[in-house]
Amino acid sequence: MLHNKSITELSAGLAAGEYSSAELTKQYLQRIDQHADLNCYITVDQEGALHQAAEADKLIASGGAGPLTGVPLAHKDIFLTEGLRTTCGSRMLENFIAPYDATVVTNIKQAGMVTLGKANMDEFAMGSSNENSYFGSVLNPWNIKMVPGGSSGGSAAAVAAGLAPIATATDTGGSIRQPAALCGLTGMKPTYGRVSRWGMVAFASSLDQAGPMAQSAEDCALLMNTISGFDAKDSTCMDRPVDDYHANLNDSLEGLRVGLPREYFSDELDPAMRKVVDDALKVYEGLGAQLIEIDLPNTHLSIPVYYIVAPAECSSNLSRFDGVRYGYRCDDPKDLDDLYSRSRGEGFGAEVTRRIMIGTYALSSGYYDAYYLKAQQLRRLIKEDFEKAFEQVDVIMGPTSPDVAFPIGAKADDPVDMYLSDIYTISANLAGLPAMSLPVEQVNQLPAGLQLIGNYWSEARMLNIAHQFQQKTAWHQQKPVGFFEGGS
Amino acid sequence: MSWETVIGLEIHAQLATQSKIFSASSTAYGAEPNKQASVIDLGMPGVLPVLNEKAVAMAVKFGLAIDAEIAPRSVFARKNYFYPDLPKGYQISQFELPIVGLGKLEIELESGDTKVIGVTRAHLEEDAGKSLHEDFDGMTGIDLNRAGTPLLEIVSEPEMANAKEAVAYMKKIHSLVKYLGICDGNMQEGSFRCDANVSVRPKGQEEFGTRAEIKNINSFRFVERAINHEVNRQIDLIEDGGTVVQETRLYDPDRDETRSMRSKEEANDYRYFPDPDLLPVEITQDFLSQMRQKLPELPEQKKQRFIEQYSLSDYDASALTSNRATAEYFEEAIKLESTDPKLTANWVMGELSAALNEHNLDIEASPVSAELFATLVKRIEDQTVSGKLAKEVFEFMWQGEGDADTIIEKRGLKQITDTGALEEVISTILKENPDQVEQFKAGNDKIIGFFVGKVMQQTKGKANPVQVNELLQKLLQA
Repeated sequence: MLHNKSITELSAGLAAGEYSSAELTKQYLQRIDQHADLNCYITVDQEGALHQAAEADKLIASGGAGPLTGVPLAHKDIFLTEGLRTTCGSRMLENFIAPYDATVVTNIKQAGMVTLGKANMDEFAMGSSNENSYFGSVLNPWNIKMVPGGSSGGSAAAVAAGLAPIATATDTGGSIRQPAALCGLTGMKPTYGRVSRWGMVAFASSLDQAGPMAQSAEDCALLMNTISGFDAKDSTCMDRPVDDYHANLNDSLEGLRVGLPREYFSDELDPAMRKVVDDALKVYEGLGAQLIEIDLPNTHLSIPVYYIVAPAECSSNLSRFDGVRYGYRCDDPKDLDDLYSRSRGEGFGAEVTRRIMIGTYALSSGYYDAYYLKAQQLRRLIKEDFEKAFEQVDVIMGPTSPDVAFPIGAKADDPVDMYLSDIYTISANLAGLPAMSLPVEQVNQLPAGLQLIGNYWSEARMLNIAHQFQQKTAWHQQKPVGFFEGGS
Repeated sequence: MSWETVIGLEIHAQLATQSKIFSASSTAYGAEPNKQASVIDLGMPGVLPVLNEKAVAMAVKFGLAIDAEIAPRSVFARKNYFYPDLPKGYQISQFELPIVGLGKLEIELESGDTKVIGVTRAHLEEDAGKSLHEDFDGMTGIDLNRAGTPLLEIVSEPEMANAKEAVAYMKKIHSLVKYLGICDGNMQEGSFRCDANVSVRPKGQEEFGTRAEIKNINSFRFVERAINHEVNRQIDLIEDGGTVVQETRLYDPDRDETRSMRSKEEANDYRYFPDPDLLPVEITQDFLSQMRQKLPELPEQKKQRFIEQYSLSDYDASALTSNRATAEYFEEAIKLESTDPKLTANWVMGELSAALNEHNLDIEASPVSAELFATLVKRIEDQTVSGKLAKEVFEFMWQGEGDADTIIEKRGLKQITDTGALEEVISTILKENPDQVEQFKAGNDKIIGFFVGKVMQQTKGKANPVQVNELLQKLLQA
């Protein structure tokens, strides 16, 4: 029974020769097949995975292995994987074989990790429930009637159900943190510019950032060490040294200043959610942290600003899916306009279409100043709120999501209610700040998450803060019933 | 009614970088379709642009050369529209904050006066690919080799009053970008092309008339013709009671007319916004001064130097420096054989230039190199050949027969300067023509022309006419 192990443990087991990468990989492939009903994967690369595992085993035998060599993982299907189908959860790319590897994928390959397959996701990363995937909903292993969150729902459900020990994911407005919270995982969205966006299908370029979806802060640190760093192929990727994220996990939190934004703890916060967050904060107090109330006065602008900026950028980013060079093309187009409108109309789902239309409208001449430009100005105010706050505190904490996992279909017809799922997570993307979610005590037998928002480039400190919590609590070790009992 | 024309030009100069503006693909012309298109140029999912610094340096050089403001911070924007040869569905260009701001350029008018034309701005952008409609029955082929080629779009103020001024301005920009080495200026290959905004208004009226934009004109001749045609069309239209509509028109050189492009294209709302994949371009003072030092000598400076250093006339200096290659050819020629600048200039602008025109060649492609050319001027200067024979030598040189001395030797074109030999020829002629000798002695000075003709005939033109004259005077009076 290897599928309940963290990648920290797997790394040690592989190095010690307790099992081979091939054995490990086979076991995961078997489990993926066994639990196919969760719909976590869009594509499983059995052959490729076994080949990579064999290569990894050779490397381990020759003594040339790194810490993650031979450890399997799932990639969110937004990362291009050369020679392997990359759908982005869309009919548009249903048969798209990627012609090159994303930088994240390259870095992970170089570390010797084994790619099990491509994880399900909301189409083009737009959604908070994974219900917007062309390849169907993903079921939450904690309760299969519930959504796993989104957009990285496949990554989250796969790790939660033990169908991958760790996964890559991306976060534009909460797409790593919210599903991590809803599936009882630890997820990190790094500072904008820490991880290369090359080869990651763009949703909103100024907000998108890749990060790990993992079982613990320590596992996050290991994957962060692998995927972070400068990439000349991404102009927005920062050329600055990368910390060793694993090195300072055990630093003391004595004197840590934790900011609690009044806006995140308003009366609207569900009392049950408030209680589990408060209990987590008490753990931090026990670790020597000092809790300080702060103000982020422009928090209420986050959702409206986000729903201008993100759709505006997506409306342009998704223009390349036109049926001309690759991707879905409608049958028998009458003329060029027909080719465009039907290929796009048939290739994109409802939520993607909605956001393209909102974005197109927001950028139209005559509306640009009132919407896009205004949103950019407000975005600056939101960023300044955080800059002021970080003069006072080292980290900001609050709930990751207002709710625990909700029933599949519950919000499907109400996009605005769905958008509110990301009310606490969106600000970090707008400001470009690193943020995490870690599991706390459950609410109504479903996982809940504590969000950490850190200052720019403070990932190492944040992972240390999260790790110390996980040394004192066991919430992150809870497993959903039905996936870990008995044999494999 | 009398009319006044207002013209503004938008020139697209393809920058002479080795690779594209946002990818590492080659910009070389003429490759097999789509062989120079990387995943970036194809607009694959997940790709990102990285700015080619060389293109920035070239834009800055241009800005400095027209005395423009260089923006300390300029921003790339996306111009969104759908077209099959536009892979991303948007063109990366600059909109609100271009790299080069207001500058100016002096043009020479036919009257000999000069006029200053304002350059509103110049901005960097990527070119689109090409749609090939002919070769595929009922279908369209897309060639993305050109997609992502760096362009500098140079926008003038609406300050030109007729087609001739527009051509003079376009030629001046053409010469300048070639001087700066930032564009090869090849108009057949589309490296240098222009859109003309043309409007007319009653003389004296302040506000502009409605303008039409004539797209993609790729020769100086066509610019002049297209504008003239468009001006006449607009005047005729208004005088017949019609109104000019703002539209995009195409010039058809075969029929010498402009015609309206489909109106669908005009309905585009480009939804410009700053490209989030690219950081703003920041130009430091340090970079500016580096670029300033790297600026080559510009046409105006070169002209002044030619006047002072070589004692050339304003006209000669102007003509020689109108393009960089001609000026360099001239300077190389005089340096190689230390020939007289004025004499060299006359031959460059005379014989050489005529031959180039006749064969429709640029001076870079001249079969007579500056090195060969210098050997000829040298032999004219030291009177080895007369001017008349020099033209023959030049002909043979053009045909590839080698340097001046080789041709003169092989073709026996050497001027006879041997006094003894000439005296002998003259004495014989005098003996054979006693009547004419008598006439001369009787005071008919003009008869000397007759003898000169005879001598030249006998020597097949190789005698030095001045020397022949002197000897004739001497022998006739003996």
